[in-house]
Amino acid sequence: MIGVTHYLVVSAILFTLGVLGIFMNRKNLIVILMAIELILLAVNLNLVAFSAALGDLVGQVFAMFVLTVAAGEAAIGLAILVIYFRGRGTISVDDVNRMKG
Amino acid sequence: MDYSLQLLMTLPELVLAVGSIVLMLVAAWGGHQSTKLVSWAAIAVLIGAGIALAGPASSGGDAFDGLYRADMFAAFSKVLIYVAAAVSILIAPRFFQRTSGDDLRPEYPVLILLSTAGMGMMVSAGDMLTLYVGLELLSLSSYVLASFMRRDARSAEAGLKYFVLGALASGILLYGISLVYGFSGTTLFDGIASAYTGGERSMGLLFGLVFVFAGLAFKMSAVPFHMWTPDVYEGAPTPVTAFFASAPKVAAVALAVRVAIEAMGPALHDWRQIVIFASLASIILGAVAAIGQTNVKRLLAYSSINNVGFALIGLAAGTAEGVAGVLTYLAIYVVMTIGSFLVVLQMRGPDGEPIEDIASLAGMSRTRPGLAAALAIFMFSLAGIPPLLGFFAKLAVFMAAVQAGLIVFAVVGAAASAIGAYYYLRIVKTMYFDEPAPAFHGKPGMVEGGLIALTAAVISPLGWPLLLPLGAWTMLAAKALF
Repeated sequence: MIGVTHYLVVSAILFTLGVLGIFMNRKNLIVILMAIELILLAVNLNLVAFSAALGDLVGQVFAMFVLTVAAGEAAIGLAILVIYFRGRGTISVDDVNRMKG
Repeated sequence: MDYSLQLLMTLPELVLAVGSIVLMLVAAWGGHQSTKLVSWAAIAVLIGAGIALAGPASSGGDAFDGLYRADMFAAFSKVLIYVAAAVSILIAPRFFQRTSGDDLRPEYPVLILLSTAGMGMMVSAGDMLTLYVGLELLSLSSYVLASFMRRDARSAEAGLKYFVLGALASGILLYGISLVYGFSGTTLFDGIASAYTGGERSMGLLFGLVFVFAGLAFKMSAVPFHMWTPDVYEGAPTPVTAFFASAPKVAAVALAVRVAIEAMGPALHDWRQIVIFASLASIILGAVAAIGQTNVKRLLAYSSINNVGFALIGLAAGTAEGVAGVLTYLAIYVVMTIGSFLVVLQMRGPDGEPIEDIASLAGMSRTRPGLAAALAIFMFSLAGIPPLLGFFAKLAVFMAAVQAGLIVFAVVGAAASAIGAYYYLRIVKTMYFDEPAPAFHGKPGMVEGGLIALTAAVISPLGWPLLLPLGAWTMLAAKALF
């Protein structure tokens, strides 16, 4: 029997992978965008699992809002990535160091 | 409840949302030439939203089944936010005149209006869903504003860093919200508060609280989640930096206060440890890390981290006096920080290019005495030197902490504010006692000169008559939460 705990564990693993993806990745900024999506999907899994377990619709409505905002976030992230690439000619994480201190 | 009354309660946000959409259309139709028109119209929309606050929007109570709260606390924060937003629209045109190739576009005031609507939703949130949507509307507009100078490598990098770390913060906050929802069964603040009541609370609720506070600390740039602040403040165009340092800061701190008191009030002893740690760490790190800075925008970024630490002292008290202290602190901080950035905007080289070097302030008392005096007032006030209003702001939060029995905490905070005084006074020393560097070029325009004089006058002892009504109003606002 798969209970809410199983979902929580999977979601916690996904969330951790997403956070690690942001901090350990040294190569490509696109990977960071994917890691952010992973975090938001982990949250959605949580919300939907709780919603089903509680028999309460709010969690699913919340998940819909998160999906919508995530789409907007990805669009803006890619747009900023494009202007960054135009100016610097690279999207490597190690090169994001114009400002220090 | 009557539907039209609920719409009236949300009138400020309706005005802002409809106004920004209409102005977006004007901007799309009119192109570049419409910048001036859209800027002034945006200020008119902000004034309209401010007037709309006078009605049920400041006293109506709950709207839309508790999703939205129209109380004095929200109204007070919104006044600060609207003023800061209007100033950052006013100061933009002269800055963008001289940035090679990156003109001011009509999208700038529209983005400010959209983020203001988001901030209004944040401070009026009565539910985690409203909180999240408002916060994201603010964040998404802010990412674009930070990278507004598209040809400037630093601006693009600032936008990129802000986006990545801001999205991570939203993710952390959301994860906390999902846990709180799962273990309390609701996203309404009142329902969450009753889940936190009682002795034994589940691990999930505690984890949710920690995640939510981590996400909020990120948005108000409190240590240990401050690392994006200096880079974003340095890279973003200066009017945008002035905006980031004022309005979203007010919104984030006010939101944290509302969540802490209304949703998690019964868990006071759990979140108080987090707030005290974040507060002391912000005060100390903001002071120490600012010492070695050479860029004035970076220095003001650390100063803003330092100031958030002081504002959080009031929250740690957890009483109505503490919340009133936080609001007093924010009101005075907004005036001080806007004034400082107005002076930074006047730092220009021979070709009108912006200068951000602290060393270039040397001897400014001889080349630009008025400007130097104004900056000296802001710096003394930020350091909390007595006759200026910055002292009364710090006094309000420290008094609240002492009354709540947090005496050791208040003493350590006051001692750490002495470290902070060092780098503020260093700027004054550079301006008044160092050999003059080449003078800045260009006189401030009517609007900017007037705003500098006004903010400096408000901060100086001339502003004392304002303290009494400010105290009464913040107390009224704070009572709305208890």
